[in-house]
Amino acid sequence: MSDTTISQGWFTSLANPTRFLALSGRVLPYLATAAVLSLVVGLYMSFAAPEDYQQGMTVRIMFIHVPAAWLAMMCYSVMAIASIGTLVWRHPLADVAAKTALPIGAAFTFLSLLTGSLWGRPMWGTWWVWDARLTSVFVLFLMYLGLMALHKAMDDPARAARPAAVLTLVGFINIPIIKFSVEWWNTLHQPASVIRLDGPTIHPTMLYPLLVMAVAYTLIFFTLHLMAMRNEILRRRVQTMRRQAAQAIGGA
Amino acid sequence: MMSHEAFVFLSYGATALTLGALLLGIVADGRARRRELAELEAQGVRRRSKPAGGAN
Amino acid sequence: MIALLKRDLAIATRSGGAAMLGVLFFLAVVAVIPFGIGPDLNLLARIGPAILWIGALLASLLGLDRLFQADREDGSLDMLVMQDWVSLVLTVFVKSLAHWLATGLPLVLAAPLLGLLMNMSATATGAVMLTLLVGTPAISFIGAVGAAVAVVLPRGGLLVSILILPLAIPILIFGVSAAYAAVTDPDPFWPPFMILSAITLFFAALGPVAAAAALKGASD
Repeated sequence: MSDTTISQGWFTSLANPTRFLALSGRVLPYLATAAVLSLVVGLYMSFAAPEDYQQGMTVRIMFIHVPAAWLAMMCYSVMAIASIGTLVWRHPLADVAAKTALPIGAAFTFLSLLTGSLWGRPMWGTWWVWDARLTSVFVLFLMYLGLMALHKAMDDPARAARPAAVLTLVGFINIPIIKFSVEWWNTLHQPASVIRLDGPTIHPTMLYPLLVMAVAYTLIFFTLHLMAMRNEILRRRVQTMRRQAAQAIGGA
Repeated sequence: MMSHEAFVFLSYGATALTLGALLLGIVADGRARRRELAELEAQGVRRRSKPAGGAN
Repeated sequence: MIALLKRDLAIATRSGGAAMLGVLFFLAVVAVIPFGIGPDLNLLARIGPAILWIGALLASLLGLDRLFQADREDGSLDMLVMQDWVSLVLTVFVKSLAHWLATGLPLVLAAPLLGLLMNMSATATGAVMLTLLVGTPAISFIGAVGAAVAVVLPRGGLLVSILILPLAIPILIFGVSAAYAAVTDPDPFWPPFMILSAITLFFAALGPVAAAAALKGASD
């Protein structure tokens, strides 16, 4: 893939790891700054928001619980798209994207479960309940862990790429289940109040901090993801170089 | 049961800790990879597509 | 395809095939429960359907890595993967079916004995047998995906169980739900049973396709 090719789409030009490193290196500082800024603004708005008349200050947990849950699902969706990239177009960096998103997505899922539990105990009297949404998010967490175990078990990343992609896509059915679980089964977790056909039902004083925190979390995800992708590219380079060095020694 | 403030504090704290640990892990990983690359290049190992002395 | 079915069944049921191992594990899990929980017969009868389902699920999961192992060991897996897409999907479907007949069906047949151990009523045992009959094929079909992914790994067996468990949870949920509904009066039996059947049909289509994709991908 040298510069003698006539026309290169944006996606194909990103397929070259060196070019990706250069581009991401330029974008990263701006991305990171935007993430930090939006996080600071979001945190300020979260603590400046009025206290809920029923829940008091505990409602502030919502501002880190809901974005974490949204990111947990978005991260898996990013992995699913990357998996399609691996299987259908064999994009060279697609499996890097899928593999590096795993620990970040697992962290967000863990946080959504943890903050949800810490919110549930004072508000609804229980640390945990096996209702539809909590169960399906827990299943999502298990899927993240399983995929991480799969990558750990295979030392050659190129071999793990396609099986992992297949498994990711098979598991994607869990995402709509999580989203619609609160509508299909009416249990403890409250129904949707933001992403609804009729529009959000939260009051703006609560909605805006929530949206800003969601933006902040999204920027944080992309920052961490880009950094992790760069690391993974470097890791594979090291592997290749080591293999070449070993072969040179063997041949000498 | 703990006070409500404690729950909020724990939630924000755990979030900060987890995301911070993730960030530190990624940064440390990056540093280790760059160190390895520098060592390998100092030993004279070269990648196929990269000319000797080329910029990264 | 019939020949493949017969061959796989023969391999599974001969002495090294360990098809009986699944049933024995099922028996072990269920038999251990009263020792752990205590001999309260009412309690055992109440949790019986769930325990039987959990035991069957675990026994099925543990036997999944055997799906492609025999072929990998004698080298025929490479030849199977070289087939075109449609043939490979059909091959995986038939192998999963054979796997179910050898591993899953014996679990269904063992259920009455184990129902006795858990002091379950005839209705409860019958409901468990029916739901197991409809639900265990789903485990074999979707398990094929995990087996295909882990076939190249030396100790892939446990990884298969870990990978497939999240996908098998809905099977368990609806299987137990239907089994309990048959015993407890006001609970509706047909909705969870229909959903269980739908899951089995869906996995029967999805499993072989995804497993074929994983097999082809791992061999490139």
